[in-house]
Amino acid sequence: MDFNLKKEHLLAQEMFRKFAENEVKPLAAELDEEERFPVETIEKLAKYGFMGIPIPKQYGGTGADTLTYVLSVEEIAKVCLTTTTIYTAHTSLCAHPIYQFGTEEQKQKYVVPLCKGERLGAFGLTEPGAGTDAAMQQTKAVLEGDHYVLNGSKIFITNSGYADTYIIIAMTDKSKGTKGCSAFIVESSYPGFSVGKKEKKMGIRGSTACELIFENCIVPKENLLGKEGDGFKIAMQTLDVGRIGIAAQALGLAEGALNECIKYVKERKQFGKRISQFQNTQFEIADMRTKIEAAQLLVYKVACLKDEKKQFSPNAAMAKLYCSQLASEVTTRCLQLFGGYGFTREYPIERMMRDARITEIYEGTSEVQKMVISGWLKIN
Amino acid sequence: MKIVVCVKQVPDTTEVKLDPKTNTLIREGVPSIINPDDKAGIEAALQLKEKVGGSVTVVSMGPPQADVALREALAMGCDDAILVTDRAFGGSDTWATSSTLAAALKKLDYDLIITGRQAIDGDTAQVGPQIAEHLGIPQVSYAEGLDVEGNNIIVKRQFEDRYHVIEVATPCLITALTELGEPRYMSIGGIFDAYREKEVKIWTLEELKDTVDQANLGLKGSPTKVKQSFTKQAKGKGTLLQDVSADEAVDAIVAKLQEKYII
Repeated sequence: MDFNLKKEHLLAQEMFRKFAENEVKPLAAELDEEERFPVETIEKLAKYGFMGIPIPKQYGGTGADTLTYVLSVEEIAKVCLTTTTIYTAHTSLCAHPIYQFGTEEQKQKYVVPLCKGERLGAFGLTEPGAGTDAAMQQTKAVLEGDHYVLNGSKIFITNSGYADTYIIIAMTDKSKGTKGCSAFIVESSYPGFSVGKKEKKMGIRGSTACELIFENCIVPKENLLGKEGDGFKIAMQTLDVGRIGIAAQALGLAEGALNECIKYVKERKQFGKRISQFQNTQFEIADMRTKIEAAQLLVYKVACLKDEKKQFSPNAAMAKLYCSQLASEVTTRCLQLFGGYGFTREYPIERMMRDARITEIYEGTSEVQKMVISGWLKIN
Repeated sequence: MKIVVCVKQVPDTTEVKLDPKTNTLIREGVPSIINPDDKAGIEAALQLKEKVGGSVTVVSMGPPQADVALREALAMGCDDAILVTDRAFGGSDTWATSSTLAAALKKLDYDLIITGRQAIDGDTAQVGPQIAEHLGIPQVSYAEGLDVEGNNIIVKRQFEDRYHVIEVATPCLITALTELGEPRYMSIGGIFDAYREKEVKIWTLEELKDTVDQANLGLKGSPTKVKQSFTKQAKGKGTLLQDVSADEAVDAIVAKLQEKYII
């Protein structure tokens, strides 16, 4: 057992920190306030390789590993969760599944430009009636000659409106239930594809979550990902990988909030001394830092398990469950230490607290993670 | 164009604190960085390569730990890296350092050598110019701009109140100011290539034997001896002008500066 990061990871971490501090942090409050999608940051992320970190070089990625991906998400999430949401959805939920399940042609056509940032990816599983109960898919795909015809809608789709490459889950044979689901690579330019209502969200307000509408949307037959009937399996395995990214987001957010809090308590004076000199403050921070340390071990471990090609699904669920709950807990406790100023938008802590909440919900709620973990334990 | 950039790994002086008891630098836990002027030199070299083609080799003399500085340069996009390291080079002053680096450079093929103007830990600004003298090539120091015209380099050389545009034939050496270029980030792929696919070549005294006079190496070959180092005591409190208008304050400051021949 080795708890040390390798030299390349340390150097990458240093780069992520500088990038986060100089390129991402200055925009964070503005993106939230204006609910603005950071197109300019995405260009910079692409330039330095963020859009395809865990993908091999032959498919346009950096050739780095999941641990590096996690380190990048952790560092960027310390300063802006919106930004990490955009590129984790792109990487974990679009580039990675096409790399994992796609044909060589699909990989060349989509994974390469996705990793280079020439395309932006998204993933559509959730429907108005199919949230946690993802098997209740209503979107249909019917094969007609050399193409499928898609009809239906998806909601809460991260990157929608800005993405041009979507993985869409749709029913090809309703009689087979989850085994009748298939996955498709859908380009936004295909006829019959449109983006609907944009949700107004509580947090990660710079990222988008719109409805996708398919009205006789024509998808070429060769854009079927995997085989017909593989859709649910692909979606679930994709979310397994995605959870590692969300765990890293939540971890980074908790660390970022604590960093802001430590800075604040050293400056703020009450009763004639800095509030960092009160034992309550010290104990709060010690407690939070201890939990963050544990969270970090969970996240790094699951990344290493994936890199070693070992079973990682239960660990991904545990990491996501623990880290996302911790992000909400830490941001709330930090805001309390900020007091009234924490409640104002003068400081980033209220934004961090609002952002934290989504990590307990997207890519499987905390309850879904408990279902995965208890299922793995075979206790029912 | 074959470009060689000489870099030094230095403690990040923005993070250095003084031990209040001993008045010495606390080096423990202080991160090491590529000297900022040198890093601007790397950026300028990479931009020149992107413009006219060629290669960028980065050379550093230092302890084995300087490896990470060279990996960083590789991750920014440099093609090759050489670490000149040997116990025999320890304790070098600028003369011994420039002698050693020149010996290494004699083994390389180059059109342009870039060094930083000066390192933030020593602030001598001597090593670059000395290397040019050892190699017998023209030098232009304090470069804030660089371009190529045919076989010549056009350098914008900074002065306090003006700049000169100098055309210099290759091979030549220039010393870079941070203004020469805002260094790019390492790329993520570049970092992994730097460790997994590229190599930092190690050159010891053995490799330099035929190009160096060993009398010029290390502590023994260093004519500079540091006699004493001390922390400067703060001067007096200065003059405090209270209850004056902004105009009066400006007049007072200008008068004082003129009195001291600063302006």
